Amino acid sequence: MTIDSVEGHRPEEIRAVPLRHPGRWVATAVLLVLAAMLVHDIVTNPRFGWGVVGNYFFATPVVDGVEKTLELTFVAMAIGVVLGVLFAVMRLSPNPILSGAAWLYIWFFRGTPVYVQLLFWYVIAVLQPTISIGIPFGPEFVHMSANTIVTPFVAALLGLGLNEGAYYAEIVRAGILSVDHGQFEAAQSLGMRRAPLMRRVVLPQAMRVIVPPTGNETISMLKTTSLAVVVTYPELLYQTENIAARTFETIPLYIMASFWYLLMTTVLTMGQYYVERYYARGTSYALPPTPIQRIRRNLTTLRRVPLSPTGLGGL
Amino acid sequence: MIRAEAVHKRYGLAEVLKGITLEVAPREVMCLLGPSGSGKSTFLRCINHLEKINSGRLYVDGSLVGYQERGGRLHELREREVCRRRTEIGMVFQRFNLFPHMTALENVVIAPVLVKKEAKTAAATRARALLDRVGLSNKVDAYPNQLSGGQQQRVAIARALAMQPKLMLFDEPTSALDPELVGEVLDVMRALAEEGMTMIVVTHEIGFAREVGDTLVFIDEGVVVEAGVPREVIANPQHERTKAFLSKVF
Repeated sequence: MTIDSVEGHRPEEIRAVPLRHPGRWVATAVLLVLAAMLVHDIVTNPRFGWGVVGNYFFATPVVDGVEKTLELTFVAMAIGVVLGVLFAVMRLSPNPILSGAAWLYIWFFRGTPVYVQLLFWYVIAVLQPTISIGIPFGPEFVHMSANTIVTPFVAALLGLGLNEGAYYAEIVRAGILSVDHGQFEAAQSLGMRRAPLMRRVVLPQAMRVIVPPTGNETISMLKTTSLAVVVTYPELLYQTENIAARTFETIPLYIMASFWYLLMTTVLTMGQYYVERYYARGTSYALPPTPIQRIRRNLTTLRRVPLSPTGLGGL
Repeated sequence: MIRAEAVHKRYGLAEVLKGITLEVAPREVMCLLGPSGSGKSTFLRCINHLEKINSGRLYVDGSLVGYQERGGRLHELREREVCRRRTEIGMVFQRFNLFPHMTALENVVIAPVLVKKEAKTAAATRARALLDRVGLSNKVDAYPNQLSGGQQQRVAIARALAMQPKLMLFDEPTSALDPELVGEVLDVMRALAEEGMTMIVVTHEIGFAREVGDTLVFIDEGVVVEAGVPREVIANPQHERTKAFLSKVF
């Protein structure tokens, strides 16, 4: 074997003929035709009722419904997250009563349809007409009618939030289990007790695993709030159906509602991207640039370095 | 500082420690040597109660580890008390176990602030001094994955020292390092030993054991096979198993 370390002798750059991809051209053509057919139908079919979609898009009851949908999504999700963390930590507790109780909760709320749970909360007054605060099996101090406490909003929150808590508990548990055991030992050896150990060491690391499904769950929750129709909570779909019942323009109104849902989930998706970046701290050498950073960098490189010698742009 | 009397530890049916008896004096550096699976790491973890012992007695600074003796019976200690005792014992791990979501400085600051309720600024000042002492004053804001193994381990040592422990436990601190990074970690440990820190070091670094260690304990299959002054044990092992092990390590 010989080693030639003399520099300067550099063979010419490789300029090969690129491989052709005829399949890509065929696929492009097929998809273009299908897309054209779809667009043609959407534009020319009067039953889509695009005018109606536009007319109602910012109608007061619709915007009001959108607000209520968002409110319900975030409050129910917040309840779900708090309960989820609580039950996940309980489930991993060495105390068998606590972990058993958490298991039971998850088993019940995950095992029944959320639609049925909502119906139950809606008719809770039939099962439990009054709700009292007092000493268990002893004197009661405050009596209230269940119907005044469990309004449609509360029923929707309970139904969606308690159900979410069960799912979220499993997500958090997966996150906690994903943290290396050495982290627990290192924190313990520094004298940390269980609560600060969880809060400061384990959960922030578990977040990396928890955040992507949380985005998923939030988006799913946003859509599931439409089930609150059954508890007569006037969110987006309820308002939409109300208008449709009056005007019989069902299809355009459902299209309008779909656009609103799509718009809201798109915003949530973008939010998730940035939250994930935040919790990726310390996990890789450099984070990939955000779309905005990428655009800005492209602009500056275009201006400053037309063609860098390495071919890597201004990186 | 440490007194172990016939310490036994079982995992299920497998007995890992079969009666370890030894004593570590204040300011002593004891090196534990032995083949893998011999129980030396387990013994180390029993000292700060990461593992519970099954029989025997283990004392740190005169008090039982993990228990309290009252009326002739052992009572388990409360979490608060176990944690308080752990603050007096620093531990350094083979795999560093730095908190990856915190910078070097945050790694060193967190325990004094969270456990000892030190003021953040005071803790940060001390943490910077500690990082300077392990030669990392220019890596204060680096995250663990931006550091080499040797640098990470030095941060881990600074993190343990931040609690101002009376005793330091090292569990194979250089075994996960590239050969050229071993020296920088051993240098920090040597300096610590010279300052009079009581240390128990599980290691395969015979050179370190000979030069820095006051005693060398050879453990095999859960028992102390041989113990003595490192230079003598290494030069002239009395026991067959010690001879066999040393011949393989050199």
